[in-house]
Amino acid sequence: MTFDVARVRKDFPILERTIRGGQPLIYLDSANTSQKPRQVLDTLAEFYERHNANIHRASHQLGEEATEAYEGARIKAAEFIGAASEAEVVFTKNISEAINLVAYSMGNASAAAVGRVSGKASAAVGRVSGKASAAVGRVSGKASTGRFSLGPGDEVVITEMEHHSNIVPWQLLCQRTGATLRWFGVTPDGRLDTSNIGDLITERTKVVALVHQSNVLGTINPVRLIADAAHAAGALVLVDAAQSVPHMPVDVAELGADFLGFTGHKMCGPTGIGVLWGRAELLEEMPPFLGGGEMIETVAMERSTYAPPPHKFEAGTMPIAQAVGLGAAIDYLSEVGPDAIRAHELILLEHALAALGSIEGVRILGPTLPDSRGSAISFTVDGVHPHDVSQVLDDVGIEVRAGHHCAAPLHRAFGVQSSTRASFYLYNAREEADALAEGIRRAQRFFADA
Amino acid sequence: MQFESMYQEIILDHYRHPHNRGLREPYDAEVHHVNPLCGDEVTVRVSLKDVGGEPTVADVSYDALGCSISQASVSVMTDLTIGKSIDDAMTVCDEFLGLMRSKGAGEPDEDLLEDAVAFSGVSKYPARIKCALLGWMAWKDATARALEEAS
Repeated sequence: MTFDVARVRKDFPILERTIRGGQPLIYLDSANTSQKPRQVLDTLAEFYERHNANIHRASHQLGEEATEAYEGARIKAAEFIGAASEAEVVFTKNISEAINLVAYSMGNASAAAVGRVSGKASAAVGRVSGKASAAVGRVSGKASTGRFSLGPGDEVVITEMEHHSNIVPWQLLCQRTGATLRWFGVTPDGRLDTSNIGDLITERTKVVALVHQSNVLGTINPVRLIADAAHAAGALVLVDAAQSVPHMPVDVAELGADFLGFTGHKMCGPTGIGVLWGRAELLEEMPPFLGGGEMIETVAMERSTYAPPPHKFEAGTMPIAQAVGLGAAIDYLSEVGPDAIRAHELILLEHALAALGSIEGVRILGPTLPDSRGSAISFTVDGVHPHDVSQVLDDVGIEVRAGHHCAAPLHRAFGVQSSTRASFYLYNAREEADALAEGIRRAQRFFADA
Repeated sequence: MQFESMYQEIILDHYRHPHNRGLREPYDAEVHHVNPLCGDEVTVRVSLKDVGGEPTVADVSYDALGCSISQASVSVMTDLTIGKSIDDAMTVCDEFLGLMRSKGAGEPDEDLLEDAVAFSGVSKYPARIKCALLGWMAWKDATARALEEAS
């Protein structure tokens, strides 16, 4: 099927509306959140109108239908990213929760390791300090939670390119366990600086967490290279794929990931639903994060045993309709085709990079050529603050994001406080990139003359 | 064009030619405030003096990084606070806060707010209200700290 952007646009009702006094909407903020096609909106309505019931608990017909729809979405998500089985797909609220799930489970494993070996209350040991848990952590290395437990002397490696959601959970984990946080830097042209990989990833490394495609620079990172180094050192690898899964074919096995997270609302799905994929044996071993209904096997007052994954990590009533909506979004993207979406975005990207690159005073952060980069383009305009750029663009119907895009350290590395970001998706057209360039010129004129 | 109701000539003037910019000595309190949404930041210094038994704003100086709205607003703020008694300056600050919360429907007291009435249009854009308030909130905080120091 050939890609026809005009036909795709018809699927998205919001693109028909006008804003700011009758201007056609030019939506260039899909890296922030994407718009939703009719197919997803209809699925959500149909679920609530026809099949709504709680899942896995009710033995009535509606319960069966709701459960089938929810579990069907899990199968779709698994197939979409090349997972070995749907049991490897855990539904979460979003990718932030997916990353926190792993970080907190590792924290729980660390506390459990301390408790087991010392025979004392793990909380008490944790409070006393780090030294105890380091020694204990090493001793208990053979314990089932060994590869998840951290202590002083252990290291977590991230990158300077991360979204705050892939920085802060690891800072918190390191604070709880006494482990050390280290990171890859970024080169001036917006690539990961892997020159010191041998120094960064060592036998002390327990987990490496990195972004597949930067939400600011668009850079697509060499995940496989880093994953191989991490695995050689015995570390786990978590990939933030929030900006890649919506835009290109992603295969978890090809990437060499142990965990991978993405979020529904950036891929034509509803808000409130995300995915943590993890290799089956790891999800088996990893202790739970949130406790509650549905994640258990047996519960007694003294202790409980847990359901097998993925349910072990899905406590309480889940965002059922949202998961079903995500399934519809995956169907939609699959039908259009991840390869076709990537090809379309490359055309937009090439066009937009050229259009923006030709404007004097515009500096593109990150790679200026379309190869190995995605379609989020952040830029600065000399003499015009990003807030002011975005306000002028908004006035002509162009919606972009201005600020640090939840990546303040990355902006600092580029010596800027903030930037304006235009991000493209399957429903954007080349003319919209031209309108963006004209809008930027208008902002320049306004702030030069005024 | 609607956004020209936001970018009034007065605002653009202050943005281009800011008043009282650059940190000055002496000062009684210094604060650093940021807008976590965009990273805009401002450092404000306040110096107080006693005028006939009434605590008065002797000087306000600042250093700031940010958009036209936040830059212009902090410049206007210094004009409207320096030389006023703290009570009077707080009254102006409160009036400005009220204007920013008015969603474009405010009828600002021009005698009280002077150049700051130009920010009336900003209150129609919820995402930009924080920009306009950044310098004022920093001033309020610095003044409270300076008073605490003095007492």
